[in-house]
Amino acid sequence: MANGAEKKKKSAASLFFEALGKGFKEVGVTFIEGDIKTKLSFLIFGLGPILRGQILIGIALLCSEVLFFYYMAGFGWQYLSKFSTLGTVATKKVGRKTVYGDNSFLILLFGVLCIFAIIAFIAIWYINVRENRKEELLLKQGKKLPSNKDVFLSLFDKNFHKTLLSLPVIGIFVFTVLPIVFMILVAFTNYDKNHQSPSNLFTWVGLENFKNLVSFSGAGIGGTFLQVLLWTLVWALFATFTNYFLGLAVAMLINKKGIKFKKLWRTILVLTIAVPQFVSLLYVMKMFANDGLINGYLIKWGIIKNYIPFWTDPMLARITIIIVNIWIGIPYMMLIATGLLMNIPEDLYESARIDGANPWQMFRSITLPYMLFVTGPFLLTQFTGNLNNFNVIYLLTQGKPQSVNLAEKAGYSDLLITWLYKMTVNDTNYRMAAVIGIMVFVVTAVISLVVYNMLPSVKDEEGFQ
Amino acid sequence: MKSYKTKRAIGNAVGYIILILISIIWLFPFVGLVLQSFRSYATEYGGMVDYLVPKHFSLDNYKFLFDSSQTNYLLWYKNTIIIAVFVSLFQTIIQLCVSYALSRMRFAGRTFLMRFWLVLGMFPGFLTMICLYFLLKQFGLTQAGAIPGLILVSVASCGMGYYVCKGYFDTIPKALDEAAMIDGATRSRIFFTMIIPMSKPIIIYTALVAFMAPWCDYVFASYVAFGHDTSYNVAVGMTRWVWTNDYQGYFTRFCAGGVLVAIPVTLLFMFLQKYYVEGVTGGAVKG
Repeated sequence: MANGAEKKKKSAASLFFEALGKGFKEVGVTFIEGDIKTKLSFLIFGLGPILRGQILIGIALLCSEVLFFYYMAGFGWQYLSKFSTLGTVATKKVGRKTVYGDNSFLILLFGVLCIFAIIAFIAIWYINVRENRKEELLLKQGKKLPSNKDVFLSLFDKNFHKTLLSLPVIGIFVFTVLPIVFMILVAFTNYDKNHQSPSNLFTWVGLENFKNLVSFSGAGIGGTFLQVLLWTLVWALFATFTNYFLGLAVAMLINKKGIKFKKLWRTILVLTIAVPQFVSLLYVMKMFANDGLINGYLIKWGIIKNYIPFWTDPMLARITIIIVNIWIGIPYMMLIATGLLMNIPEDLYESARIDGANPWQMFRSITLPYMLFVTGPFLLTQFTGNLNNFNVIYLLTQGKPQSVNLAEKAGYSDLLITWLYKMTVNDTNYRMAAVIGIMVFVVTAVISLVVYNMLPSVKDEEGFQ
Repeated sequence: MKSYKTKRAIGNAVGYIILILISIIWLFPFVGLVLQSFRSYATEYGGMVDYLVPKHFSLDNYKFLFDSSQTNYLLWYKNTIIIAVFVSLFQTIIQLCVSYALSRMRFAGRTFLMRFWLVLGMFPGFLTMICLYFLLKQFGLTQAGAIPGLILVSVASCGMGYYVCKGYFDTIPKALDEAAMIDGATRSRIFFTMIIPMSKPIIIYTALVAFMAPWCDYVFASYVAFGHDTSYNVAVGMTRWVWTNDYQGYFTRFCAGGVLVAIPVTLLFMFLQKYYVEGVTGGAVKG
């Protein structure tokens, strides 16, 4: 199995290099065989297309080249040149005047942007070369080039995907890709509350933060990290499977023959999806508080003498979170299961009943296998979603109860994601927050990859369809 | 035969008892929320008490919310509606575009794009918070300008959430497209005049989900609008009443505010529930 995967990987790598080689060869051939217009296009983008009458394509290419040099010369270069040190001159106050120096944050951010710009520049250059080659070959064959109008109209037909995707792709690049790359790089710097640019610059520190994460002695946070990671996994496991099975059970109960007012029961349950979570969860948080309703009534009725520390005892807080999450999560699973249960052919149950199977046996050998098969991918997304289930934890406990035994102000009900949030907002400890973020990614990616390949509906995709 | 019937009757009775119990548990917090919102903060007590039904019913909490000299609640409410409407509108448009391109068209880099977005989605969203904050600040979209800023951030990255919508498009037979193309229709024409009218359920689902999300957005909204009371949304403004102003007895006012937030959103959801169920069920099966 592993051997096969390796082979596959190798072939993917060799494919990549093959494509790269082909690309270089194509560029070379284009240059040698090309006419003067093509050769000039190697330096001035889009000159060939413009001279051949392909104004739209040519101007688009030329504009991107001009934009690139404008950005690099006027703006980008000053940041990129300091990228290796992230700045050396801090902003200081001399007398009453502020003398502005470098700003590590800006250098890092715009440096990353420059690197992306260079990659894009090379890609556009390659597109430019290929465009020239394509046009030349077409002309050599005696065919006519498409008119500018055709080129423009193709954006609504053959090239419609370019029109549709350009805005989303740019948006995702600026607001997701760029920030993620930036934060990954922050994990290799000492950007924290003592190094806030511009007055205190931060710089590269290599793998120091990662060493801190796995060091168990002194100021290392290894112990806390393991503890939080463990609770994150336990939480995700419990949250996913309690909701799954209880939701399935409720759905089956409502679907049962002879139960009336099906719609009413469903509507009552669905209320927890409809009401915004910050209202319902904050109310429930107060309900279980030490001076809240539940404790109040229990004391009044004489069932308990002292309040039950639902949120302040570490173990109890975790259990309460899981229980409250059932309240929030069951309806969602119920809705999904209701639809799917109706898809199971009724005659399967009938023949099982004739064979003398009891309800439990029917559930075990008909309902459950079917549901697991169909909802496998859903279970996986639920699990990874729960790993990052910020709302439930943060609105209920904010990760508390805190403890002096845990580093970086972590609490006993903190997930990795809430810990990351607290580091960012309360402590401005960006370096460790970035490391934790990368760890969350690693955990999510590994679990997704492993489980996804084990899913029966993935292995047997064709059969299912 | 008779024993079978009685067995069945007992089974149903047990079923009803369980369902009634579940209903009580499910409804209890909401009933509590409504009841406590009628406890006056001025004449009774606005904080935590150990009884459910207020001694005197009063509308003081609601009056407080509508009194703009005491609180910005109405402004927060307006902000949230603005954010929700715009996010819902733009997000639906963008997701439809992305889904159509990925479902119907085959182009170089399509699988790469889908895999890349899948991997990107595995990074926790809050990781990039400071960087996003800075980017927004560059455009002047923080604090006073937090509302367009929040809309921009939610809309900019929503292309990655195309799964449910694309799953729906995949179920529309491709033969329809091909037939239309033989008749000379362009891709854009097929999209606008054929696919979109056929996708009413999924459009409503996408818009509904997008509309409901901003009502709960506490994390990023509080970070972007930090310290600028007039650009809070309801979640940010009211969460403060529970966490930091708790000792002043703001709890019943929180309940009243919560009721006012919950009613329209819940009604909308109940009204469009059919489409929501269709969306989540389709999404769950396809992953």
